Amino acid sequence: MTDALLHVDQVSKSFGALRATDNVDLELRRGEIHALIGPNGAGKSTLIKQIAGGLRPDAGRIMFMGQDITDLSVPRRAQAGLGRTFQISSLAMEYTVFQNVMLGALGQSGTVWRFFRPVMKDQALRVRAENALEQVGLSDQSGALTGELSHGQRRLLEVAVALTLEPRVFLMDEPMAGLGGEGSLRMTGFLDGLREKAPILLVEHDMDAVFALADRISVLVYGKIIATGTADEIRADPDVRQAYLGDEVSA
Amino acid sequence: MGREAIVNTLIFFALPVVSVSAWMGDEPFLITLATRAAILALAAVGLNLALGLGGLVSLGHAVFFGIGGYTMGILASHAQSYAPLIEVPFLIEGTKSMPVIWLVTVIVSAFIAWIIGVLSLRTSGVYFIMITLAFGQMFYYFAISWPAYGGEDGLSIYVRNGFPGLNTLDPLQFFGLVFCILAVTLWGMGRLARSPFGLALNAARQNAERVETVGLTPFRLRLVAFVISGAVTGLAGALFADLNRFISPTMFSWQLSGEFIVFIVLGGIGRLYGPVAGACLFVLLEHLLSGVSEFWLIYVGAILLLVVLFARGGLIGALAGREVAHD
Repeated sequence: MTDALLHVDQVSKSFGALRATDNVDLELRRGEIHALIGPNGAGKSTLIKQIAGGLRPDAGRIMFMGQDITDLSVPRRAQAGLGRTFQISSLAMEYTVFQNVMLGALGQSGTVWRFFRPVMKDQALRVRAENALEQVGLSDQSGALTGELSHGQRRLLEVAVALTLEPRVFLMDEPMAGLGGEGSLRMTGFLDGLREKAPILLVEHDMDAVFALADRISVLVYGKIIATGTADEIRADPDVRQAYLGDEVSA
Repeated sequence: MGREAIVNTLIFFALPVVSVSAWMGDEPFLITLATRAAILALAAVGLNLALGLGGLVSLGHAVFFGIGGYTMGILASHAQSYAPLIEVPFLIEGTKSMPVIWLVTVIVSAFIAWIIGVLSLRTSGVYFIMITLAFGQMFYYFAISWPAYGGEDGLSIYVRNGFPGLNTLDPLQFFGLVFCILAVTLWGMGRLARSPFGLALNAARQNAERVETVGLTPFRLRLVAFVISGAVTGLAGALFADLNRFISPTMFSWQLSGEFIVFIVLGGIGRLYGPVAGACLFVLLEHLLSGVSEFWLIYVGAILLLVVLFARGGLIGALAGREVAHD
């Protein structure tokens, strides 16, 4: 319990008769990658939305670093240290790559209410933004328009913007989606090193990546967590085999 | 100097060149025309912050233009008649001093913009357009039904208000004053667009979710933009009233709000000099075409149609190309 930075405490959410989130209990501990897996429609994205804000649970609490953040808005949670990346890239498409990371750095610095100083001359922000781009390997695309990036590059930029926030916790919704074999492998290597900085709650469909990276895995089926454990425990869990992994494990 | 900077410089100097040559050629009417263009440009520059940078299509910006006009009209009419504005609980008298009128105008229109903004920025898209339009109509009909300051007939101010050290009744001097305000505002808006606030506001227009995720609140950014925007358009209204020495409810009309949007679209949405180019073009067309036909707006409509269909960046976009990111 002491190690848990993020604690999803008995959270439930229904849409009409559908229990999208059913009494979910989830912990993210210091230094770990905790993967959240489950078949399509299991309620992974609904759960992420409730953690990041923007969707209020019907019951239960979201505890973050000992504080109840259930009632906080998305920006407040981001300020508190939740760094989120989206399943579908959500960026300022008319901006350059660099402007997007500058926006992240600006959000983190709290100096947005300045009306006359050119933001692009703010050295502290620039350094932070350039660092983030370098870490994901996008430095060469700095001046490119975001709308003209490839899908994979946008995924990397999403992560770079999250990095500029220097969050306490990362929430990543399918960062590998659509990256392809090589890109996915590079992202796996990158996330592997990232967990030292801040733990990652990782929603991912790429099972190779999940089993390579995750310290712990939780399996969500029909809004319920049916198992939590290490990769080996999850592989061996009969419920999981039956409900979800099935052929993938035996293959 | 980039292409846009060259185009901007040319547009910037066009108005004073016209005014000074008109003065040398003893054509005071042309100076008045240039002054009118500069004031309408100022109003649209104000709107461009909300609409261009913030993506807030306000169809009620004439509210602020009218607030500016009526602030000037009320203060000046009381000074004219020597009747104090209020006596209880303390004495407030009218004034004929432009700086004082401008200050009051900016404060009042910023305050009204804040109220309208708080209520309307909870919505977006078509609903935002409709709410701002509704506010516009409220103010318009209020002005018509308020007999104290002329009601439907409007109100004349017999002598133009004063500015220390200037003879404001001289067309060229008044133009100079208006042009200075426009220049300072453009400078400020240019800085604003490149500031941290500008970066965040523009991002909120493109993708509000992204802005929230980095810890910023789009609503607050938009509200501040709307307030500054309203204050600038309000100031333009006060100047417009001084130019005509007359105010009337039409300053609140939604047609005028629409014209401000037309200036911006003609000139180039979100471009610093877009509204200036658009307003100048509009006033020029009005001057040239109103002699050809009473229904000259038909031609303006046709031109607007062509711009929207074939030159999305407006006049500035056509002349200077796509906007370059200022890194």
